[in-house]
Amino acid sequence: MHNTLTGPGTETVSDIPEYPMARDPRCPFAPPPQSLELAASKPVSRVHIWNGSSPWLVTGYQEARALFSDSRVSVDDRRPGFPHWNEVFAATVHERPRSVFTSDAEEHTRFRRMLSKPFTFKRVEELRPAIQTITDDCIDALVSGPQPGDLVAALALPIPSLVISRLLGVPYEDAEFFQEQAEIKLARFASAEENAKRSLVLANYMAELVEAKLADPAEDAVSDLAERVKAGEITVKEAAQLASGLLVAGHETTANMIGLGVLALLEHPDQLAVLRDATDPGVVANAVEELLRYLSIVQTGQRRIALEDIEIAGEVIRAGEGIIIDLAPANWDPEAFAEPDRLDLRRAGAEQNLAFGYGRHQCVGQQLARAELQIVLPTLFRRIPTLRLAVTMDEVPFKHDRLAYGVYELPVAW
Amino acid sequence: MVRLHIDYDLCSGNGRCYALFPDLFTDDENGYGQTVDGGRVSDHELARRATLCCPEKAITAEE
Repeated sequence: MHNTLTGPGTETVSDIPEYPMARDPRCPFAPPPQSLELAASKPVSRVHIWNGSSPWLVTGYQEARALFSDSRVSVDDRRPGFPHWNEVFAATVHERPRSVFTSDAEEHTRFRRMLSKPFTFKRVEELRPAIQTITDDCIDALVSGPQPGDLVAALALPIPSLVISRLLGVPYEDAEFFQEQAEIKLARFASAEENAKRSLVLANYMAELVEAKLADPAEDAVSDLAERVKAGEITVKEAAQLASGLLVAGHETTANMIGLGVLALLEHPDQLAVLRDATDPGVVANAVEELLRYLSIVQTGQRRIALEDIEIAGEVIRAGEGIIIDLAPANWDPEAFAEPDRLDLRRAGAEQNLAFGYGRHQCVGQQLARAELQIVLPTLFRRIPTLRLAVTMDEVPFKHDRLAYGVYELPVAW
Repeated sequence: MVRLHIDYDLCSGNGRCYALFPDLFTDDENGYGQTVDGGRVSDHELARRATLCCPEKAITAEE
């Protein structure tokens, strides 16, 4: 069996590195050193994953872009040979409904269109004043509390969930309940039973909300989904699932970017000053793009499978072979970003980063995430110029064990 | 001077162009990108970056 896993050329199974790879605790912002070494030798190479298979790992920037927008590359996780994240994902693949994440071509377009309306640029721009108010309220609560305070609990987690509840159209009186349910699900030591319970509570809440918006629509995401229900395209349950999906995709990821972004800026005071003192929104926007590139929080690779033979970077990915596109090393590819290990908020071309992916499956909520980061980060450092880390770097609990990288807690003082 | 052009057979309204280059593009009613000022751009490097940002390769620049 193992012989068949050997790649083309002379390498043997023992030469193939294990994936995912570990970060170096001394360089907590950098991609795993082994992934950078691999990237330096070859932009596309084989790795071993949990089930003993050896899919292709893509670490080169150009190769990642090319494969993300190649129609011969599929996200269909039901195909044999698909490189699942872990045993649980592999075992439950036929229980999960087909979604925007796992469908290709026309089927994907149908799902995607249902989600794109709430995230149009205009809708997101209209949310900016609300994001600013939510941010100011959370900072007020932090500074009126004891020191040290936990920036993750005070800002990073509540801001995205309150913003998503506004986007979805959760009534004001339910926002606190919604936020509590969402946060308990993300707790570090939450049990599987507790998580399942919260998922059910949220799913039921979302279904009720869809029903409410069917009767009384407004300008919000759940009303958009309710419209699709009315048109007979999806059921109430599917609409509720899509709405819950927006919360899952946009909550922890944005929270991680806030927590890790604040930490990275505290560790780079000269860069922090660039962001804090910026008066040009273009400078703030570029700073956020650079933080997205530098931190690349999506850390376990975007999973794909080849539908046909694909020649790339001197290799041939055969039809049916798994492909893992690793965003962090691609965003640290020196061919694409000079001195990639330097956090340079004024970097020209930072917006070419792949932090939200690329191509058809790129993050649908990226404009919202950008708006949140563009508001939260400068507001925080302007309002609390003396903000500092209240522990040493080695005491910060990093999320090495989650799909998205970040910090569990960030004790700060001022 | 170069001129940017959006191919609407390829554009799928990802919105990266007007989010990342608000001076060069704006959005229409349905979230699709539109060039500003007839797509005229004097900064060639900026125009090049704008073409690269589109995941559908819908944006081209002509001299």
